[in-house]
Amino acid sequence: MSGRTFAEKALARAAGKPDARAGDILDVRPDLVFSHDNSAAIRRIFEQTGAPRVVRPERVAITLDHAVPAPTRQHAQNHAEIREWVQAQQIGAFFEVGRGICHQVISEEALVLPGETILGADSHSTHFGWLGAFGAGIGRSEMAALWATGELWLRVPEAIRITLRGRLAPGVTSKDLSLCILGRLGADGGLYQSIEFAGETLAALSLDERAVIPNMMAEAGAKNAYLPPDGAVFDYLEARRTRDYTPLYPDPDAEYVAEHTLDVSALEPQIALPDRPDQVVPLSRVIGQPVQQAFLGTCTNGRLEDLQAAAEVLRGQRVRCRLIVIPASAAVMLAASRAGIIDVLLEAGAAIGTPGCGPCMGNHMGIPAPSEVTISSANRNYRGRMGTPDAPVYLASPYVVAASAVRGAISDPREFLT
Amino acid sequence: MSTQHRCWVYGDDVNTDVIFPGRHTYTLRTPEEIAAHALEDLDPAFAAGVQPGDVIVAGRNWGCGSSREQAVTALKYAGVSVIVAGSFARIYFRNCINQGVLPVVCPPLHDAVRTGDVITFDHAAGRIIAGGQAFPIPALSPSVQAILDAGGLIPMLQRRFKGEAAS
Repeated sequence: MSGRTFAEKALARAAGKPDARAGDILDVRPDLVFSHDNSAAIRRIFEQTGAPRVVRPERVAITLDHAVPAPTRQHAQNHAEIREWVQAQQIGAFFEVGRGICHQVISEEALVLPGETILGADSHSTHFGWLGAFGAGIGRSEMAALWATGELWLRVPEAIRITLRGRLAPGVTSKDLSLCILGRLGADGGLYQSIEFAGETLAALSLDERAVIPNMMAEAGAKNAYLPPDGAVFDYLEARRTRDYTPLYPDPDAEYVAEHTLDVSALEPQIALPDRPDQVVPLSRVIGQPVQQAFLGTCTNGRLEDLQAAAEVLRGQRVRCRLIVIPASAAVMLAASRAGIIDVLLEAGAAIGTPGCGPCMGNHMGIPAPSEVTISSANRNYRGRMGTPDAPVYLASPYVVAASAVRGAISDPREFLT
Repeated sequence: MSTQHRCWVYGDDVNTDVIFPGRHTYTLRTPEEIAAHALEDLDPAFAAGVQPGDVIVAGRNWGCGSSREQAVTALKYAGVSVIVAGSFARIYFRNCINQGVLPVVCPPLHDAVRTGDVITFDHAAGRIIAGGQAFPIPALSPSVQAILDAGGLIPMLQRRFKGEAAS
């Protein structure tokens, strides 16, 4: 009999069962559930259920991040209703305007740990695979049900294994790697699957770089994604965690529906063309495409190393188009400030905004005008995503975003790196 | 029992940003307001032309992208109670079940119909009739079917908490 995948082990644990197989439907009790600006809408659904109160409020996190500080009176009202709810229900972890993006903040606070299960009312909840947790996105009604009962049914997904070999070349990042994988898998290449990574490339990646990979696997339709946690992850969590944990690893003879191997040594910078994250080509194909706006930030690429990468390119340069920088969290912004990175960005002409999701989904802080072209470090470039239907968005690494800002046209960052 | 439905046909990988744009997610609240923007960035003719009972017939991976549940709400309150697709993005599929909208996985139907065609649902036989051809409707797992039968996740919870309060 074959062994178990990570997803089989993690969901068996979360359901309190000795074992589970792909295809099983389990009632799962997640270790943490979270939502964001959508919490007011979830509250209204919860109130329809007739449930007396939020069960296990100590395992609920709420972050204000999607439109912060409130850009309109309606957004402000939405935030106010959430604050009132947090107080009334004694929600365990609440993060105010400016603390940062849910995925980043929950990671920094170590609110979920290796081997645990986390469900979020956000499609990029696959993010938490970076530390070896089972993270999946759910809808608003499901979050209301979790607040009411603490449980939710989940089908144990089949799994794909992707083994990464070799080391990334200078100027090539885990964003390029993730885009390359997305291009090969396609927008439904991981549909309903657990995408489980393996191989020696991972250990050489910093934690900031690792987080990009499971975050972006949402664009392949994955239910969750998983990177095997190692000493670097354990060290990061050690000073922050408030409970013990047991990391989970797939068995060597686990059954996968597909296996892919990718040697990353020769990988070139990649870029996703409008309007699909899986429409990926080598950067060299679109060099010279004029851009009117460059955006660096988001849960995908708004961490310290991403700002550092941009600063390497921008040091001593002036941007020729708008460059909007939104750090993923206040902690990232503070660290970047202390390291002198914020100075470099400002001297180059960047506009820096409050930590949060920024213009990623078209709420505010950088909505393009019709026909303007944006190059972004985000994970999605669907038509209208940034708020304007006929404003094309290209997706690439922080290096590429910064280099393109300097030239006002899509550029190869390796020309700026020494 | 069989029912007749007019089709709106769309392609592969239609994402929730074009079904219900993110720029409206925290400003529009009532289902009717949300429905008025259904498919706004994909097919501006839809919201004005849709009638109760119409169905969506799509290609693969319908509803990919953001988890926003309004992408189901918008269609439901526009009068759509069935969505047929080659496949569904996983959160969208769950959101359909939870709102009592039937998601039907039927890959070949997409190539057999055009927008405006009328198809027949033969519920007793579990099949769709389109242009003289029959397409089977796959059965859902019992636990998923139970949520749909209750009218969605919230009605199911309402019954549960009413029962708990009474006992």
